[in-house]
Amino acid sequence: MNSLLLQDIPLSWYLLLSAALFCLGVVGFLIKRNLITVFMSIELMLNAVNLSFVTFAHEWHAVKGQIFVFFVMMVAAAEAAVGLAIIIAVFRARATLAVDRIDLMKL
Amino acid sequence: MTSFLSNGLHLWLIPLLPFAGFLINGLLGRRMPKALVTTVALLAPLAAFGIVLNAGWALCSGQLQVPYIETCPVGWINAGALHIDFSFVLDQLSLVMLLVVTGVGFIIHVYSVGYMNDEDGYARYFSYLNLFLFFMTVLVLAGNALLMFVGWEGVGLASYLLIGFYFQKNSAANAGKKAFIVNRIGDLGFLIGMFLLLANFGTLTFSEIATKLGQDAGWQGGVVTVIAFCLLLGATGKSAQLPLYIWLPDAMEGPTPVSALIHAATMVTAGVYMIARNHVLFDHSPFALGTVAVVGAATALFAATIGLVQNDIKRVLAYSTISQLGYMFLGCGVAAYSAAIFHLMTHAFFKALLFLAAGSVIHAIGGEQDLRKMGGLWKKLPVTFAVTTVGVLAIAGFPPFAGFFSKDAILYAAFAQGGSGRILWFVGLVTALLTSFYMFRLWYLTFLGKPRSEAAHHHHSTPWSMLAPLVILALLSICGGWIGIGPFSAFLAPSVGPRASEAGSAQLELILTGVAVFVAFLGWLIADRLYRQKPEQPAELAAALPGTYNLVANKYYVDEFYGATVVKPLLAGSKYLLGWVVDSAILGGAAWLLAGIATFAGAILQRWQSGNIRSYAAWLAAGAAAVLLFVVVPWSAVLASLSAIHFGVAGH
Repeated sequence: MNSLLLQDIPLSWYLLLSAALFCLGVVGFLIKRNLITVFMSIELMLNAVNLSFVTFAHEWHAVKGQIFVFFVMMVAAAEAAVGLAIIIAVFRARATLAVDRIDLMKL
Repeated sequence: MTSFLSNGLHLWLIPLLPFAGFLINGLLGRRMPKALVTTVALLAPLAAFGIVLNAGWALCSGQLQVPYIETCPVGWINAGALHIDFSFVLDQLSLVMLLVVTGVGFIIHVYSVGYMNDEDGYARYFSYLNLFLFFMTVLVLAGNALLMFVGWEGVGLASYLLIGFYFQKNSAANAGKKAFIVNRIGDLGFLIGMFLLLANFGTLTFSEIATKLGQDAGWQGGVVTVIAFCLLLGATGKSAQLPLYIWLPDAMEGPTPVSALIHAATMVTAGVYMIARNHVLFDHSPFALGTVAVVGAATALFAATIGLVQNDIKRVLAYSTISQLGYMFLGCGVAAYSAAIFHLMTHAFFKALLFLAAGSVIHAIGGEQDLRKMGGLWKKLPVTFAVTTVGVLAIAGFPPFAGFFSKDAILYAAFAQGGSGRILWFVGLVTALLTSFYMFRLWYLTFLGKPRSEAAHHHHSTPWSMLAPLVILALLSICGGWIGIGPFSAFLAPSVGPRASEAGSAQLELILTGVAVFVAFLGWLIADRLYRQKPEQPAELAAALPGTYNLVANKYYVDEFYGATVVKPLLAGSKYLLGWVVDSAILGGAAWLLAGIATFAGAILQRWQSGNIRSYAAWLAAGAAAVLLFVVVPWSAVLASLSAIHFGVAGH
């Protein structure tokens, strides 16, 4: 049933969805001020790319794309752990998460 | 051919020891105790003098194959057919010169210890003095013109440094520059002469040039004359002859021992030495040789007339040096090279003596150099008075002092040449009269009469290190000529050729000698009358002939003439054409233009560097999008369709 459903949906739809998510991520990264939202936008871009990976893996019956996705998720998880720790540290130091106001290396 | 390191005379040590002294005192002298500086400064020339004596002994005892050549095992310039080595040549000519340079040089070093004792820059002074000895011995020992040129330039440098020794004084700094720049003109002649030698003979080695000239009788006049004239220009610069003599009087701004060593005894005679060294070239060009004689005679007379009215004791001696150098040129010009070298040697003795004695006087009365403010010093400075008397008698040409023999030899050679030589002889004779007069004038004004200023009453004692050199030089000024021109030219003959034609007889020689001595005596009598018997008469004479007096007292306005015709136009050209147009407008403008473009572009581009992270990210995204657009869109197809439309329209 699943496979039926998947076969009915054309490739371009997946890619368009992936592109739309990626653009959302880019725009969010560019326009949002809150550091956490910016961080989430990056995750969104990563997952948009993941979506196109699995799409092509399924389309071409190649497992490499799926393996790649695991790597990306793993790196993203590590990045999330480190990134959130940095965000907490920044918030403690500056009492703000507005990216415009934490543009200096020195305190 | 002997290599540097083999068992030989070790000529290479003669220049290198003073050079080591220069390095030690120049680099470490300020941190060394004064006694150590003195030791280093004195040991270097003394050791060099010892080596010269050893070499001289070997040469005179006949153990040596003359010319004795030492060559550095490593070549200097090897370019195609051109080979130039560091080679040092010892023959009779360079031996005489080396004895004068290192011997008189050492004596003056000793004198300097006393003279410079209270001065700042004691170590600097001695390092320069050693540097001078290094270059001067290189100049004398050089076996080829290029190595000689290295020494030639080097002594110019040392001279510049020592004239400007009191560089805080504006006049001293300017005098140093003047000496250096005027010498540059002469050096240009030397350089062009070397180029022509290379082009025509393919070598710069003196002995090879002489051989090639001797092989072919076709080398006569023409290009040889041009080369000789170029070398003569170089010699007139270094030896302060007309028309390039103007730097030497100003060079008296340096310390007095420097005037004695460099600007009287050794460096200024380098031009005479160079002509003697290249005498074969001059022998092949009678015209150039005649010019040397005329330049020498004219300079001798010209400088002597200026010396008559100078009031600065050192300037009197400076003009006298120029005049005596003119004698040496006159000697070279009548092909009496040995007589010229003879006079070079005796002049080194008595002129160094006179300068050092003048230094002793200046030292004793607290830096006063004006003859008009001296007088009556014979009681206070008895030794200086005695040695100055010897020096004056020697330069005036009284027998049996040194100057008598050498000056007589030159005058006789000029007369014996006959024809125009008689005119040259007469000019030389008049110069001898003037020389005798102005030297006795100096003698009377300095030592006799009554003290004419406060300074002349007070005086400091003179240390032994200053008196001993004076006494030694006085002895040399007495005995230096006793060897006589006959044996001396026989000794030099292998280097500079035999003595010039013996047209005259012994009787003629005796008559000429008598005339010369009479003239010297006459000069003394006139000076005695004017400066002892009737001291008010010189002023009356000057008042009676105001035009002549002013002309001579102002040194014939030569400095002013050069200033107006050479210096001013050059300065104006440098300031306006080179300074304003080329430098400020063209080069400066170009630099400003480039800077302006960079500033303008930077002002625009710096807007990208907003410091805002998100703007950077936005540009990154825009760039990625542009790359994507470039890759994804099939541009060739788009262009093809566009051009198809275009041509389609055009086709209809």
